[in-house]
Amino acid sequence: MNQLFARLGLIKSAMPAAATLQSPAPNRPVEPAMNALSAREMFNRVGMLPVLIMMYIAFYFLTRYFSEDGVSNFMSMANSMNILRQTSINLVLACGMTFVILTAGIDLSVGSVLAVAAVLGMMTSLPQNFPHLALPVFLIAGLLMGMLNGVMVAGFKINPFVVTLGTMTALRGAAYLFADGTTILNRDIPSFEWLGNGDFLGIPWLIWIAAAVVLISWFILRHTVLGLHLYAVGGNPQAARLTGIKVGAVLMFAYSISGLFAGVGGAMSASRLYGANGNWGSGYELDAIAAVVLGGTSLMGGVGTIWGTVIGALIIGVLNNGLTILGLSSFWQYVAKGVVIVLAVMLDKWRQQQASTN
Amino acid sequence: MSQIVLEMSGICKRFGATRALDQVQLQARSHEILALMGENGAGKSTLMKVLSGVYQPDAGEIRLGGEAIRVHSPLDARKAGINLIYQELSVAPHMTVAQNVFMGSEPRGSFGRVDQKAMRERTQAVLDSLGARFSPDVLAGSLCIADQQQVEIARSLIHKSRVLIMDEPTAALSDRETERLFEVIRKLRSDGIAIIYISHRMAEMTELADRVTVMRDGGYVGTLERSEAKPDRVIQMMVGRPLGDFYQHKNGRTPGAVRLEVRNLASRKIRDASFAVRSGEVLGLAGLVGAGRTELARLIFGADRAQGGQILIDGEPVNIREPLDAIRRGIAYVPEDRKGQGLFLQLSALANTSMNVLAQNARGGVLQHKALRKLTEDAIRQLAVKVPGPDGIVGGLSGGNQQKLLLARWLAIRPRVLILDEPTRGVDIGAKSEIYRIIHELAMSGVAVICISSELPEVIGICDRVLVMREGHINGELSGDAVSQEAIMALAIQSPVATVQ
Repeated sequence: MNQLFARLGLIKSAMPAAATLQSPAPNRPVEPAMNALSAREMFNRVGMLPVLIMMYIAFYFLTRYFSEDGVSNFMSMANSMNILRQTSINLVLACGMTFVILTAGIDLSVGSVLAVAAVLGMMTSLPQNFPHLALPVFLIAGLLMGMLNGVMVAGFKINPFVVTLGTMTALRGAAYLFADGTTILNRDIPSFEWLGNGDFLGIPWLIWIAAAVVLISWFILRHTVLGLHLYAVGGNPQAARLTGIKVGAVLMFAYSISGLFAGVGGAMSASRLYGANGNWGSGYELDAIAAVVLGGTSLMGGVGTIWGTVIGALIIGVLNNGLTILGLSSFWQYVAKGVVIVLAVMLDKWRQQQASTN
Repeated sequence: MSQIVLEMSGICKRFGATRALDQVQLQARSHEILALMGENGAGKSTLMKVLSGVYQPDAGEIRLGGEAIRVHSPLDARKAGINLIYQELSVAPHMTVAQNVFMGSEPRGSFGRVDQKAMRERTQAVLDSLGARFSPDVLAGSLCIADQQQVEIARSLIHKSRVLIMDEPTAALSDRETERLFEVIRKLRSDGIAIIYISHRMAEMTELADRVTVMRDGGYVGTLERSEAKPDRVIQMMVGRPLGDFYQHKNGRTPGAVRLEVRNLASRKIRDASFAVRSGEVLGLAGLVGAGRTELARLIFGADRAQGGQILIDGEPVNIREPLDAIRRGIAYVPEDRKGQGLFLQLSALANTSMNVLAQNARGGVLQHKALRKLTEDAIRQLAVKVPGPDGIVGGLSGGNQQKLLLARWLAIRPRVLILDEPTRGVDIGAKSEIYRIIHELAMSGVAVICISSELPEVIGICDRVLVMREGHINGELSGDAVSQEAIMALAIQSPVATVQ
């Protein structure tokens, strides 16, 4: 009888007039399956963290073994800070990429967007132009290019791979054209020199910026209506539409924020190196995609977290740093990076299978 | 002549803390159709996955032709002559019928090339034996679902099937197609294949089964011979308690004012549809599959664009251009294809139930997790959904529980008009009767309900009035004592003039 009343309660609350909500039943039944699930969930939530930690430790011993005096400063504060700083730009791009991949899309253009934004920003910073407007130009240029991708994907419904392959190529050309084939150098950039070279509380601004981008992304995905809509659109676009979600607007947001973050990345790299040219950021899109995939985000959309992306980006960062300290040639570094990416994802897949069948 | 081909005994299987199968037994005999019945979540599918090598049992024995066997993979099962045809068909749409039938075991000619001729001829032979009416050379994707199913059956026959398992094969078929499928199944039986038939539909069990094995909550309940397997008795075994009349949810309703009115609605597939639903009324929308029922619902909901006509809510004309407009007017639409168009399978119960009311439970776009949790927990409790909690992922739930969560999502908007498209498809008996009760209670509280259904007893049992569609047109209306299976079928298959003659 209680159950019936409870149901009637729900039915009543379904009426516009009766807004009273049903009071919960006194004792919630304890589900035995819940403990098992939360254990499994823990397992899932840790994700690739063990791989990151194992790699970090392995590189410590490797660098110690191969060093001449048997001492390694791989784990030192200075080098750890180095790793974070070297990771920061990729992490910013990877956060934008996470939004796009969650909607089952892809953004191949982030490297080129970064280049165009960097070149335009550096041009603005030249003394004969508007030096104090440089920073907004980086960001607005990135945002506009992201919106261009968004319009074509959401508005014209063209496959995102094709759209961003096109903008990747075209914007790369545009970056060379804007820079006139040379490198724009400017040692005097007071308005944004701090970004790539300054510290705050003993930690480089590059790391603070990356951390802020991560926090903003996490907040959007975890705590906003928009975030849940992103997962919904990626998981089942048809159902999302029938649920009244504006699928086009959600896609537009994903590509725009990816462009904006690429603009932030452009500002970071231009400031760090006091310059920009058409070749800036080439291949960055692949590192960003690798970080997202390493973080367990599904290329099919709808599944993934920003923390996974952080761990994925750090894995790539540790790998780059460790292999460089070991003195491996850059050719071998490419090989090692590719192998580790594929192995890590295989391991992750195996781990998930274990988690779901047992 | 009938002999035991397959014997499973003492089968146990655990997933974490959940005991999915506990000491289950089953016997399949040649020249016989065994119906495997049970509510969703009773363990039927798990048992069949153990049999076909998808899962490994923790304990128990499988004997095939008297010999104990171990099935480590679906390939092992196929080699042993055990074939499973899933509910969701798995034909490759861009390959021909013959290529589909021989996928993975293509006949080889010289130099390792595929022997196209042999493949076609052998496929043709099997198709002939099934009475199929399509050629081995057409693309599988161009066939209707019933024909695609025959392709799958043909695939299993190529492999000298001894045991053929069919999991809800009629879920997506029209009545005529179902009849054809039954002929095929009976023919396979007379060829000596042991058939295990899983279904929720009682009528199919009485029509086909030689014996019935019933499961409940992962355990074995019992097996009945054909003569003992009366629907009442089987239902009682399935739910563990006698079920009152299934459709006693219609009395005491008094329809109020007209809530939704549709005037001359038209699109490419719909011709000139006009009707009205009153508040507190359950209106049935019957007709054959493809008659335009879903299309009409989608027009009202704004999922497709109408080419003409008018929609009025409470007497006021409304302009519905997209689903969001309909939702704002209090129209809810629970689609037929639960997994494809309704649920977000990778997301949690919370996300799935609250997706329509996120804005109401957010401040400045920031979600209020507490409110959402409470909303979800209330819905889970009130609709008696079996899910580990608000964070449980819905992809792993049974059909009935998924349907309840989807229903909860739409009840959360407090609908004024609720359109249900095949609300009990693929749902077990227990959940079915609960859904009927929910529909009734919603109508009692004043909601106007439109219910699309292909199950005639359901339409007759729960609806106050029935519209019958035929070829994109509302072909007739039945109410009161005029509603009968015969009357609905007559309107569904012929024009009204012919009915009179």
